[in-house]
This record gives sequence, structure tokens and C-alpha cells, in this order.
Amino acid sequence: MASSKAIKISKKHLLGIQDLNISDVKYILSEAKQFIQLNRSKNKKIDILRGKTQINLFFEPSTRTQSSFELAGKRLGADVMSMNIVNSAIKKGETLIDTAMTLNAMHPDIIVIRHQDSGACNLLSQKVNCAVINAGDGRREHPTQALLDALTILDRKKKIEGLKIAICGDILHSRVARSNIYLLNMLGADLKIIAPTNLMPKDIDKLGVNTFSNMRDGLKDCDIVMMLRLQNERMTSSFLSSNREYYEYYGLTPDKLECAKKDALIMHPGPMNRGIEIDTKLADDINKSVIKEQVELGVAVRMACLKIFCEK
Amino acid sequence: MKKKYFLNANIVDPLNSIEEIGGLIIGEDGKIEASGKKVNTNNIPSREKYIDLEGKYIFPGIVDMRVFVGEPGYEYKENFRTLSIAALSGGVTSVVTMPNTNPVIDNVSIVDFLKRRGRDKSKINIYPTASLTKNTEGTNMTEFGLLQNKGIIGFTDGTKTIQNTRLMSRIMKSAYDLDSLVMQHAEDYELAKDGVVNDGLISTKLGLQGISDLAEKIIIERDLTLLEDYNCRYHISQISSSKSVEVIKNRKQKVDFSCGVSINNLSLNENDIGDFRTFLKLSPPLRTEEDRLSLVKAINNDLINVIVSDHKPEDEESKRLTFYQSATGASGIETLLPLALELFHNESIKLSKIIASLTCNPAKILKIDKGNLNTGNDADFCIVDLYKPWVLKKDNLHSKSKNTSIEAKKLQGLITNTFVKGEELFKI
Repeated sequence: MASSKAIKISKKHLLGIQDLNISDVKYILSEAKQFIQLNRSKNKKIDILRGKTQINLFFEPSTRTQSSFELAGKRLGADVMSMNIVNSAIKKGETLIDTAMTLNAMHPDIIVIRHQDSGACNLLSQKVNCAVINAGDGRREHPTQALLDALTILDRKKKIEGLKIAICGDILHSRVARSNIYLLNMLGADLKIIAPTNLMPKDIDKLGVNTFSNMRDGLKDCDIVMMLRLQNERMTSSFLSSNREYYEYYGLTPDKLECAKKDALIMHPGPMNRGIEIDTKLADDINKSVIKEQVELGVAVRMACLKIFCEK
Repeated sequence: MKKKYFLNANIVDPLNSIEEIGGLIIGEDGKIEASGKKVNTNNIPSREKYIDLEGKYIFPGIVDMRVFVGEPGYEYKENFRTLSIAALSGGVTSVVTMPNTNPVIDNVSIVDFLKRRGRDKSKINIYPTASLTKNTEGTNMTEFGLLQNKGIIGFTDGTKTIQNTRLMSRIMKSAYDLDSLVMQHAEDYELAKDGVVNDGLISTKLGLQGISDLAEKIIIERDLTLLEDYNCRYHISQISSSKSVEVIKNRKQKVDFSCGVSINNLSLNENDIGDFRTFLKLSPPLRTEEDRLSLVKAINNDLINVIVSDHKPEDEESKRLTFYQSATGASGIETLLPLALELFHNESIKLSKIIASLTCNPAKILKIDKGNLNTGNDADFCIVDLYKPWVLKKDNLHSKSKNTSIEAKKLQGLITNTFVKGEELFKI
């Protein structure tokens, strides 16, 4: 893995899958593949980012994404600083741009940002000199999640083109769904988007997907069933009557899963609401669920992104 | 004041159906003495000097029906002095100011202050509105009669909408008794809740909460239903969608009302928001190109009567935020006329129709004798080099706030002079 490799990415920042082209995606995925082995070996640390500074700026609570980015940076030898927003000046009324200017003065090489407002990473990227990686902005994009999902599918199914992939649940509030739609579409999958109409974003079919409000219809013959978390914290008014009705119609249960192919894989970006969007036994079924593998490959994907965008 | 003679101009005076080459004579009292083709070298004294406009256009001074001024309370965004300078550079000589100040214009005592400031600091005609409800809270009516007696021209909650149907019906009944003008910003709060852009593909792509066009349609439907029974002077401040146009078309035969549109909705669409451009966060939001085209058509069919700037100055700080956090609105009084002229240059709307929507139509709704070149009237007018191309630079704007929605846009039609009461107050 020579770090002197020619730069093959078209963008300075990783703000969303929307901005990437297919060769960018293939480059990131191929780099990530090489880190999977490293992460499974005894000595997990290399030093290709030695001397580089990575700042994690998380405005929203996050367990897996933040720790995944932190670990990824450390395994590559970068100095990683995670900003604790609860104690920072932002709570004292500082604007995002002022925070950006402050951090910029510390000469970071890369900033990883998660923010509750869509487009926050775009704003940040306009104001700092270093690369910005979006770790989730509002309901717009979560590019590394989509990349790790693609890597997981590739790892198990060896291809994406031609696969029938269902994305099911709270699509309206989901940045994971949006990033996956762009990415999996680009890679040639046949996407089925399943949600109650109240949780389906307007005109989403114009992104080149088929939409279903009946889960069984949507799951028919699918190779991959990607479940999404019901984002109760983003629901400001009555979208659903109750969790138990939601589970009845949109929860992934063994009998609904029978509509999909026999060897269909279950995915979930986590954290899961067991018994609301997914049957708890299915979530833990090692023959069907690849949820833990998603977490594992997440580190590899983030290492690839940090390496590529730090070098840029 | 010396008498002034302008010759060889293209005079456009839609109220009098005049669109002809001619001249304009301004008397020593600042009133119009004569205008049109009858004014030429043959009927002015040879000893008098005249100005040859060489085919430039003379329009009546623009009457802008929807303008936010920061005074009182938000002087850092715009005050009467800066508003006046900005307006004059845009050919605007009369403005209707919105009551969304701090404090809100909702009682008689503050009207005197407002009129005094307007008179002392600005050189244009200021027509203040007061709010429909106390503190624009949507619960208790203001004193339409007393406020009107003090010089309030109409009533609106400005950026806010009367949600309560019973209150709206009572407002209409009172307005009927007192012959008051009611202006509504049409938006159903619950449907539009947390929304920042049009609900559609763009909101889905940007991950922003959308505002359905139904939120506007429902309030218009409701108000026009009420209006059938309580027929007061009623004006829809701005509409943004083809659905609203459809409602207006269907109701026009039954009931009498008027309707406006913001120049932003007439000239731009949701795609212009691009990569979260907060200067295009507007209310009502920019909608689809199809919606925009239906608004243009509605002007041509007289379903929309008025074009406004919806001038809403906001300081940079309140726009340098994420799209959700940033303030709503764009500065627009200086670019209202040039941007409207784009619709003439691209052959969307006839020139006289555009000018009527900016001058005599609003004047008629407001019942003021402005926006025309009638003999004996105040000589409020502007001179425009109609085909002159130029590029808008926000730093060249005269308004205190530079939040224009059309930065770096190529425009055609340059305002070279603006006169109020016969006095030249702007010259490029």
C-alpha cells in the first residue's frame, strides 16, 4: 500500500455521495478492502498519517460513527482530537463558522463533522483550508455509511450490479437512505424503497427508485433488506399511530422476510430499535444478519477515506 | 424649482394607456404639467433648455407594496434613510412598509413616530401599514379605524398569517365597515411547520423540510370563501404556485380581490438554491419552474395584479449560518425594476403590463393617486436606459444589508435618474 500512489479522487472534501463519480467510489472501496485485513491482523497500527491532525466535530450524539472515525484515525497514526460539543463554545452561542475559523487556526489536516442541520458540512468546507468529511448532516447525507454498506454487500455477494436491494423504514428522516440511494444506484442495483407514505420524501421516485408502501410487495425477490431506524427524535408531529402498528406493517419479521430471496441478507445502520423496525431474533441471526460486519467494515472504509482525503 | 423639460423619451404610462415617444414637462411646483407625444420642440419656448433623453424610457415612479424597513428595532438592517437611497436607485418612489418591527406597528402612538422618521429621514413616499392583530400574535384585532385616521394605509401581519378562521372572518367584517385594506401572507402554519424550501425533489435531495404548496392554497381558499360573505378590500400579498393561480382563476368571477407576487418567485426557481444558498431562503419559498411559468402567465391574464420586491434586508451574520438557522428573505428594492424588465426582454410579459403591475395597479389597490403621469400630479418618475446591460454586484447596493438573491446576475435596463415631486434625487 504505497502512499505515493497517484491521487485518484476528484473532490477535495467528502460531503456526500452526490458529489462523487463512479471511479471515486471504486477507488475508495478498493482502498478500504485492503484495510479489512489489517484490522483483522494482530498489529493493527500503521503510520501513513503520522504527523497529521484529525478533528472530530460531533454536534449530535453518536457512538458508532464517532468511535469508528476515532479508531480509524488512530490506526493510521494520526493525532485524533474529538471535540466535546456539550462543553464547547457552541453552547455559548458561537456560530458554526466561528468554530470553523477557530479550528482552522490550529492547522488540522482533516475535520470530520456530524451536525443536525443538512448542509452544515458544506458550510464548514467553504471556511476551512483542510479536507472535510461528512459524518452525517441532518437528513441529507451520510456518505461513509453508504460506502461501508456497499463494501459489506460486495464482501458477501461479490457484486452490486443487478442486485435487488430494499431500503425500508423511516426514509424521510434518513441520511443513510439518501446516501445509499445515490451510491447503490450508481453501482447498478435495483432499488426498492419501502415506507409508509408519511415517511416517504416527496418526489423521491425521481431519483430513479421504485417506491412501495406495502412492505411485502417491496421485499419481493430482494437480495438485500436494509432496515432503517425509526428516528423518533426527529419526529415533530404525528407521523405514525403507534410503534406496535408500525411493527405490524413495517417491522422486519421472519414471515415478511420470506417474500425476499432465501439467501437475502439483513442490514441495519444501527442503533436498532428492536421490536419496532426489526424482530430481535432476526437481528441476531448470524446466517442472515450482517449488522456486525457493517460495523467492522465501517472502520476500514473510514480509514480509506481519511487516507485519501488527507493526502488530497 | 426651475421648470424642467424632457424630450425625445419613450413615455410609458399604463394608467392612461400611453406608450409613445414624447416628452414631459415638470412645473415649478414639482407637478406634472404635460406628458406624452404632445410635448415636443414645437410647444416649448425656444429660450428654455430641454433635456434630450435620446429614446430612454420614462416610467411613473414604482410603487412597491411590500417592503420591510428595520425602523424601529432593527436599524442595523435598514433605516429610513438607507431605504430611501436604495429605493431611489431602483426607481421606486413610493413604498408600503410592513409592520414587523420591534415594537410592532400595532397602535396609534407609534404611528406618529413612524411618520416623523419617514418624513425626516427619507425622501420617498412612505405608506405604513399596521398589523392586523396586536403584536402580530393572531389573537386580538388592532384599531383599524383609529390607525387609518392616523395615516395607516392598510393592515397585514406581514410575515405572519391569521390562522384562526373565526378571527379572520371578524377582521373582514370590521374591514368592511371601515373600508380598510386587508393584506394576507398566505401560509398554513401546521402544514408549513419547520419548512424552509419548496416540498419536492430539491427538499428531498438537500434533506431540508419542505413547505407544501397546499399550505398557501388552503389559506387562499379559506379567505376567499369568507370573502364571499364579508366582502372587504382584500389583497393576497404574494403567491408562489400554480395551485394558487388555479384557485384565484376559479374565484375571480365570484368575488372581488387582488393579488401580488414577489419578483423573486417570478424570476427564480428552487434550483437556484443550489448548494444551500441562504440568500435564497424566502417566504413563500421558490418553487418549481412550472410554478414560475404559471405566475408569469397569471400576470398576463390579470390574475396577479401587483409585482413586489418583498424587500427584506438581513445582515450578513444572520445569513452566514446553516440553511435551517439562517434568516428568511432577500434585499430587493433596488433590483425590482431591472429584474422585472428581464421578463420584458425575454418576451414573457409586455412592457406596459410589467410597468402597470409596478405602478398604477398597486396604487389603485391602495387608493392613492400615484404610479401615473397625470397632469397636476406629483412628478414622481424614473428614467431608464432600457437596453443597457449591467451586472449586479452586492457591494454596489445602497441598502444597508446586501442579501440580494441575484448576486452577479446580468441585467438589462439601467435606472439612470429618479425624481420625486419634480426633484432629481438619484442620478447614476
